[in-house]
Amino acid sequence: MWNALFFYLFALIALGGGVLVITRRNAVHSALWLVVSLLGVAGEFLLLGAEFLFAVQIILYIGGVVLLILFVIMLVNLDQAARMRQFNRQWAIAGLCALVVGAEIAYFVWRGGPQAFQLATPVSAGPGEGNVEQLADVLFSRYLLPFEIASLLLLVAVIGSVVMAKKRS
Amino acid sequence: MSQFYTSTDHFVLVPAIMLALFGCAILLFDFFLFPEPRQRKWLLAFLVLGLVFTGVGLWRQHRFLAESGLPQITAFQGTLTVDGFALFFNWVFLAVSLVIGLMSYRYLEIEGEHHGEYYGLILLAQCGMYFLATGTDLITLFIGLELMALCFYIMVGFLRTQKRSNEAAMKYLLLGAFSSGLLVYGFSILYGISGSTKLSEISLAVANRDTWDPLVVLALITTSVGLLFKVSAAPFHMWAPDAYEGAPTTVTAFLASGSKAASFAFLVRMFAGPFESTRAVWEPLLIAVAILTLTIGNLAAITQENVKRLLAYSSISHAGYILLGLIAGNETGLKGVAVYILVYVFMTMGAFVVVTALRRAHLIGENIDDLAGLIHRSPGYAIVMLVCLLSLAGIPPTAGFLGKYYIFLSLVQTGHYLLAVIAVLYVAVAVYYYFRIVRAMFVAEAGPSVALASSFGVRVAAALTATLTLGIGIYPEPFLQLAQLPVMR
Repeated sequence: MWNALFFYLFALIALGGGVLVITRRNAVHSALWLVVSLLGVAGEFLLLGAEFLFAVQIILYIGGVVLLILFVIMLVNLDQAARMRQFNRQWAIAGLCALVVGAEIAYFVWRGGPQAFQLATPVSAGPGEGNVEQLADVLFSRYLLPFEIASLLLLVAVIGSVVMAKKRS
Repeated sequence: MSQFYTSTDHFVLVPAIMLALFGCAILLFDFFLFPEPRQRKWLLAFLVLGLVFTGVGLWRQHRFLAESGLPQITAFQGTLTVDGFALFFNWVFLAVSLVIGLMSYRYLEIEGEHHGEYYGLILLAQCGMYFLATGTDLITLFIGLELMALCFYIMVGFLRTQKRSNEAAMKYLLLGAFSSGLLVYGFSILYGISGSTKLSEISLAVANRDTWDPLVVLALITTSVGLLFKVSAAPFHMWAPDAYEGAPTTVTAFLASGSKAASFAFLVRMFAGPFESTRAVWEPLLIAVAILTLTIGNLAAITQENVKRLLAYSSISHAGYILLGLIAGNETGLKGVAVYILVYVFMTMGAFVVVTALRRAHLIGENIDDLAGLIHRSPGYAIVMLVCLLSLAGIPPTAGFLGKYYIFLSLVQTGHYLLAVIAVLYVAVAVYYYFRIVRAMFVAEAGPSVALASSFGVRVAAALTATLTLGIGIYPEPFLQLAQLPVMR
C-alpha cells in the first residue's frame, strides 16, 4: 500500500515538475522546476531498489546537468529572450494530439482489462549482492559494446561543441 | 582474450574499429601532421584509406559467410549479428561515404571550412551506421543511431557563419531529439514486455502475446513514429526540407543517402523482426503513411524553385516507395527495398554532386534558374544530372526503373492493386517536376557563363554515380545478387 502511495506521489512530482518546466516564462524558473521533476524520478528509482541510480540521478543530473543549464541560461541575455515570444500558438493542436493519444491508451487499457499491462517478471538482486556490483557486472559484460560506443558518442559531442565554438581561422 | 571479447567478436567489430580509428586519426593528423592548408588533400587520402581498411574487414566477413554457408555470425552475446542484411547495408554505406568524401573537398575549399573535423565526422557517422545495420540489441541500435545522428547535427550546422545552416541544424537537432525520445519510449515498453534488449527475445515475447495486445500496440506506435521521423516519412517529414536546404550541399547528399539508408536498415530490422507477428496492426498504419508520404512528397515538389528543396521532397516521396516494398513484405518486396535503396543512394548523390559543382565562390547556385543552359556550359555535368533525374523519375533503362519495378511487382504479387495504381500515378507527377530541371538545363537560355567548381574528386564522384545509375539499369545482374543478400535468412 505504502509503496503504491509513494509511487503516485513521486510520479506526481515528476510529472507536475515537467509540466511547469515547459510552461514557465522565465528560463531560470524552468531550470529549477526541472530539479523538482528529476527529484521525482530519483524517488522512483529508490522505490525500485536501484539505490545507485538514485544517487547518480541526484549527483549527476540535479547537481551537474541542471547546474550547467543554469550557467548557460545566465550567460545568455535573458531580458531580451524573455521579451520575445517564446511559445508558438499551437496549444489547441498539441492538446488535441495529447487527447487522442490519451484516449487511445485509455481504450486499450479498457479493452485489455487488468491483465493488459502485464510485464516480464523483474530480476531480483541476489543475496549479499549490492546494487553497484550488479550494475557493474552487466555493464562490463553484457553491455560492454554499447558502453564503448557511448564513449565514441561523447567524443563526437565534444568535437561538435569545439567545431561550433571555434573561431574562424 | 577474455570471454567478453572473443576472436569472433573482434572479427565482427573490425570494420567499426577501423572507422572509429581512422575517424579519430584524421582529427589528430589535421592538427599534428598536416596543419598546412596545401596538405589538406592528405586528409582526404586518409579518409579513403580508412574506407579501404573498412572494406577489407567487410570483405573478410562476406567471404566467411559465403564459404562457411552459415546464415549469420553473432558476436557480443547476440548484440551484433553479421548477416546478409547487415553486409548489404554496410557495402552501401561504404560507397556512400566514399562518394561524399570525394565530392566534399572542393566544396569545403570554397566555403573555407575545416577539413579534418568534416572527414572525421563522415567516418564516425558511418561507424554509427555500421551499428545500425549490424546491431540486434536495442541499446546498441539506439546508441548507434544517436552516434550517427549527432554527427549529422554537427555537419548540418557546419557552416557556422551562415544563418541558414545554423537554423537547419537547430531544427534538425530539436526534432531529431524529440523523435529519439519517442523511439526510446517505445523501446522501454518492448523491454518491459520481454525483459530483454535482444531483438530475438523481444520477437518471441511479442509473438507470444495477443496481436492487439495494448502494450504491444503502444510500443509499435511509438517506435514506428520515431523511426518514420528518421526516414522522413509524412506526416513526420517537416524537418527534411529545411534541414536539406540549409545544410552544406555535400552534407545534404550524405543526409539524403547515408542517413536515410541507415534509418531504413533500422526500420526494416524492427518491422521484419520483433514486429513481424503484429503485421495486422502495422500494415494499415504503414499503408496510410506511405500514401500520405507519396502525396506530400510529390505534390510539394512541384512548386519548389530551390533544387535542394525539390530534391528533399523527392527524397520524401522515395521513402514512400521504399515503405511500399515493406508493406508488400514478401521476398520480392524485401528484395525490392534493397534494390531501391541501392539505386536511390547513387542517383540522389549524383544529383547532389551536380548541385555541389554549381556552388562557386560568389554564387550559391541552388535555384533551378542556375541550371539554365547547363548543357552548353558544361555538357558533362548536364548529362550526369540528366541520367540521375531520369533514374529518380524511374524511366528505363536507368536504375530507378529497376527499383520501382520490383516494388510494383511485389505489390501486385501480394494483391495490393490499389496501392500499385496510386504509386504508378505518382510516378507521372514526379516526371513533371524532374523534367522542370531537365528543361532548364537543355532548353532555357544560358545565363552568364561561370566555370563550375569542378575538381578531380568531384569529377570522379560524378562519373561514379552516373555510371552506377546507368550501369545498374543496363546490367543489373551483379547488383541483384548483392540485393539478394538481405533476403537470405
